[in-house]
Amino acid sequence: MATELATEQSSSNVSPSQTITLRVARINPNVDGEKKFMDFQIPVQKWTTVLEAILEAKQHFDHSIAVRYSCRQATCGSCGMVINGKPRLACFTKISELNSNVVTVEPMNNFPIIRDLTVGFDRMFANHKKVKPFMINDETEVTDRTKEHIQTPEELEKFIQFAGCIKCGLCNSACPTMTMDSSFVGPQALAQAYRYVADNRDKGKDDRLKVIDESHGIWRCHFAGSCSQVCPKGVDPAMGIQLLRGYLLGFNR
Amino acid sequence: MRESTIMKIHYGTALGAVALVAVHILFRLTQDFSQSLEYESVIANYQFLPYAGMLEIILILLSIHGFNGLRVILLEFKQGPSYEKAVSYGCIAAMIAVIAYGSRTIFMTSMGMV
Repeated sequence: MATELATEQSSSNVSPSQTITLRVARINPNVDGEKKFMDFQIPVQKWTTVLEAILEAKQHFDHSIAVRYSCRQATCGSCGMVINGKPRLACFTKISELNSNVVTVEPMNNFPIIRDLTVGFDRMFANHKKVKPFMINDETEVTDRTKEHIQTPEELEKFIQFAGCIKCGLCNSACPTMTMDSSFVGPQALAQAYRYVADNRDKGKDDRLKVIDESHGIWRCHFAGSCSQVCPKGVDPAMGIQLLRGYLLGFNR
Repeated sequence: MRESTIMKIHYGTALGAVALVAVHILFRLTQDFSQSLEYESVIANYQFLPYAGMLEIILILLSIHGFNGLRVILLEFKQGPSYEKAVSYGCIAAMIAVIAYGSRTIFMTSMGMV
């Protein structure tokens, strides 16, 4: 058995290492705020992710590269950045799938830059908080243990994909309205508003609709759809926004 | 006014304008293009009251839709309470001015004052 295993391991197909150029945007708003690029030659395998390449550069070439990361499995939403021009999660993007020997990483658009690849999430979290991203229902199981909120699979289906949001901010980074309108609520918060409005256990629909029904709220979305294209969790904020508009126009109840 | 109410008016005026402008274009197709722009022909249209009424409604619908669209575009360019107030009131004033001027032309022509 051990011999078989050893033979299998030795004959397994290990792809040859390749070297790519990793171009990292270096920005320090506290010094001059100017964006410069630094190039690093990084050896990669076919399974190497962009985050691993950045950490390789950080470990062996320049430890001052600022990058935020945590789980490395597309769950925490920390490592969002613009990779070869498109907002993506660095831990969820393999170098091999980019089909390029030059990988350029930049901080996300529409967010204030803290340093290099890290951005501030204050505005996004404030907007998220504004739409009341929690269940509003006086008849909670906490106060009345006999009460059970029954939900059919069809009712769950209405909002379950929106519950997959990891608050990585890629949708806000891709949104063209966010670029122009600094007061726009943003696709992340709007998709979360829909998630709770469509939940039949929630009773806070009117409150939430009031929050998003203002001059920089839901009506400023141009339906470019970029938010849905870049979401790493398959959430479709553009659809959520259109369905929310249905509630405001009286098509949905 | 709530933004959703404004947007309902925005979409409603767009649909109304599309329908009425289509009627207007169909009326124009009954004549040659050059004939339809002749002075007598234009005056005759204004003096035909149902047609003048339709032109007045088109004017109102397009002004409301157009100036609200302009307001939305301007709000996206820049933000700030005083700027937003100026844009909103400015667009309402411009809309009223355009409707008043257009209505004056329609009324004067239909009453034979031109």
